[in-house]
Amino acid sequence: MQVTVKLFATFRNGRFKVTSQELTEGTACRTIMLGLELTEEQIGVVLVNGRHAALDQGLHEGDTLALFPLVGGG
Amino acid sequence: MLNVLEYLQKCSVDGLLPWSAQLEAVERLSLSHAAVEEIALVSGLLPARYQRNRNMISVAEQLQLFRSRIAVIGCGGLGGYIIEELARLGIGQIVAVDPDKFEEHNLNRQLFSTIGNLGRAKVAAALDRVNEVNPAVKLIPVRTFFRAANGRELLQGVTVAVDALDSIACRLELAETCAGMDIPMVHGAIGGWYGHVATQLPGDTTVQSIYRNWVQGKGIEKDLGNPAFTPAVVAGLQVAEVCKLVLGRGELLRRRKLSIDLLDMEMHEIPYHASAEVIHFPTREIEQERAAG
Repeated sequence: MQVTVKLFATFRNGRFKVTSQELTEGTACRTIMLGLELTEEQIGVVLVNGRHAALDQGLHEGDTLALFPLVGGG
Repeated sequence: MLNVLEYLQKCSVDGLLPWSAQLEAVERLSLSHAAVEEIALVSGLLPARYQRNRNMISVAEQLQLFRSRIAVIGCGGLGGYIIEELARLGIGQIVAVDPDKFEEHNLNRQLFSTIGNLGRAKVAAALDRVNEVNPAVKLIPVRTFFRAANGRELLQGVTVAVDALDSIACRLELAETCAGMDIPMVHGAIGGWYGHVATQLPGDTTVQSIYRNWVQGKGIEKDLGNPAFTPAVVAGLQVAEVCKLVLGRGELLRRRKLSIDLLDMEMHEIPYHASAEVIHFPTREIEQERAAG
């Protein structure tokens, strides 16, 4: 399957803004996250097709995954 | 009261009350700046300092702002700008909460940090600044950590709580305290070139949802720190939300988070859908008052 992966803020550093990945049907968001050398502690928001998703959620053909880092300063 | 009002009316030009007359009334009649401002606003006179608000904020609305009490939790990067803007807006009472003193590494961004204020309590510096900018505003300095244990006391009588904290754990405690007291909360967070803002009304769980993946520790701010401009941008958006909450106007950043990237100059809106019943605040009360005449 083809999925679109969008990265935001610091996740773009040394990676990309948007890319298309060819993956096995049902691949979990967490697998993609780990493949990008990101850790769960760094994750703020996970969106699949614009809706909040758990990292365990499996992806399907044509899905778009968006990852935002955790921001907490003041 | 009548004499004061007559004096203020006599000094006003085109409904605008000059500062010199306010000061004269304070000094001659031993009144507080706040008392003079309230008498003026109740009588339909606009202190001239607010004249450039005039076509967007009515005198009646200026009185609503004056009669509100806003808690600013955290007086660092976000909090400094937020307090400055609330004071210039004419918010009557500001409760400023922060346990810290100014240190050298605050000078790159925290509005009330100056060479002269190094080593001073942030809330004490905030008090001095507000008295200098707008003496009609009462700032209540509280030099302490905000926690769930003292939260109810700190937020007593508060119209809106503004989140300017730098700890996700404390922020979640603020969200819980606000929920328990039916107080709207304007959430803001920053790190480096990035930040976000969201407004949570009683019954919403937006802040809890924003940090649903959080277990412990800090976000990207831990490595990036914060520059001069990111707190100013996010604080400005937060104060606009406070103003709208108090006046019951406009569209709030409710059930959505505005995510800001100043490096690539992008803004993204992320939806956070409702999980509880809808409670309008304070729009419903204001609409009822308007309907009643």
